[in-house]
Amino acid sequence: MTIDVTLKVNGVERSAKVEARTLLAELLRDHLKLTGTHVGCDTTQCGCCVVHLDGKAIKSCTILAVQAKGRSVTTIEGLAQPDGTLHPMQEAFREHHGLQCGFCTPGMVMMGADIARRNPGATEELVRHELEGNICRCTGYQGIVEAILSVANPDAVRKDHH
Amino acid sequence: MRDFDYHLATDVQSAIEALRNSEEGKIVAGGMTLLPTLKQRLAAPSDLIDLGGIDTLRGIAIEGKDVVIRAMTIHADVGASDVVKKAIPALAVLAGGIGDPAVRHRGTIGGSIANSDPAADYPGGVMGLGATIVTDRRTIAGDDFFLGLFETALEPDELITSVRFPIPDQAHYIKFKHPASGYAVVGVMVSRTGGKVRVGVTGAGPCAFRVTPFETALEKNFSPDAIAAIAVDADGLNTDVNFSAEYRAHIVGVLARRCVAALMD
Ligand SMILES: Cc1cc2nc3c(=O)[nH]c(=O)nc-3n(C[C@H](O)[C@H](O)[C@H](O)COP(=O)(O)OP(=O)(O)OC[C@H]3O[C@@H](n4cnc5c(N)ncnc54)[C@H](O)[C@@H]3O)c2cc1C
Ligand code: FES
Ligand code: FES
Repeated sequence: MTIDVTLKVNGVERSAKVEARTLLAELLRDHLKLTGTHVGCDTTQCGCCVVHLDGKAIKSCTILAVQAKGRSVTTIEGLAQPDGTLHPMQEAFREHHGLQCGFCTPGMVMMGADIARRNPGATEELVRHELEGNICRCTGYQGIVEAILSVANPDAVRKDHH
Repeated sequence: MRDFDYHLATDVQSAIEALRNSEEGKIVAGGMTLLPTLKQRLAAPSDLIDLGGIDTLRGIAIEGKDVVIRAMTIHADVGASDVVKKAIPALAVLAGGIGDPAVRHRGTIGGSIANSDPAADYPGGVMGLGATIVTDRRTIAGDDFFLGLFETALEPDELITSVRFPIPDQAHYIKFKHPASGYAVVGVMVSRTGGKVRVGVTGAGPCAFRVTPFETALEKNFSPDAIAAIAVDADGLNTDVNFSAEYRAHIVGVLARRCVAALMD
């Protein structure tokens, strides 16, 4: 079954002809060539594919493209200002060395922004709990947690570290 | 994933009709269980009927002495709900501990209960709180709902529309999480209403169940000591590469005692 899907991606209206089974991650990567959204697993566990759907973090590998019809999607490409000024969460990942190979990073930054939005004043423990659906094979998470904490709750970041 | 025909239902009745008219149709709610299953080709439905467009299936309200949660309400909304936090805080804790934030932004209470995954959290809450499942055609007592591994009392074309949780005097939920998946190795919900006690368990058996010997003992003497000497029968409980049935039986007792202790504080 072929379906026309129109949705807003990073503020711009986009359309594509997809199969019913096409996943949102496939629509973004294969049809719209927005390859910043990564796919790291087949089991909805790694979080590399996290984007915002109407402002909330979701795993784009586990929603049909057609289910995003008429809705608004933000991907990692849409986070910075048009002039290149980084989003505070991107800036924090740079500052706190929240990445090594970068494969998990788009999902981590999108999830980090969602965590900070929902939990102002978050503790380190809460940030770690909220990151349970995002897997990083490189960093050991310390820099990622500090980056997210520095946005959600700047006072909680240990100054002696990094 | 095999392709299928997609239908966005606008109301419950049209969803049921689409299901009946399809060769081998499936309902999709949050898709957090169904879509991974399709991706792994463990199922290949001819049609997917999406409940996501039915606004009347979303929302949380107090009705009489119950908290009523409509079927398409996502875990994140139950976890963050002021109504649930005030009336049954243990249920907000349960919902807020399911999966991860992205899963909680899509997964629904109706999907979780309809699925009867042995390791899912909500079924333990249904048993421990004595909830009632409301469908398009009848109400089903939670005690009669879960029949076995991924098996419920639902007819093939029957939809859950809401779940009614009676408000207890007190309740507490503890899950012993699988360290990798986050699902419940064992989860226990203990509630107290008047003189009545309920002990609901998930994760340990093929489906959620109650531990009536614990309930009887706790109704006489509500303290961890009252159930310390009562063994849970490991016969028929789940065994996998990580945890044996005997281990799970033991953890049921440990978590039940911790719940009781937490409620005595
Ligand atoms: C990474 C990950 C971690 C998870 N961790 C946990 C966890 O820790 N604890 C936990 O409990 N769960 C966990 N889950 C499962 C999650 O909670 C699912 O959301 C839930 O089990 C199914 O709900 P859904 O809305 O996504 O249903 P779907 O996947 O859409 O549907 C599931 C099944 O229910 C049927 N169905 C759906 N809605 C209805 C309805 N209203 N009436 C009748 N039938 C219906 C569907 O046809 C399908 O067969 C996890 C999932 C993932 C991907
Ligand atoms: S690719 Fe979506 S969770 Fe792994
Ligand atoms: S930086 Fe390599 S996987 Fe996270």
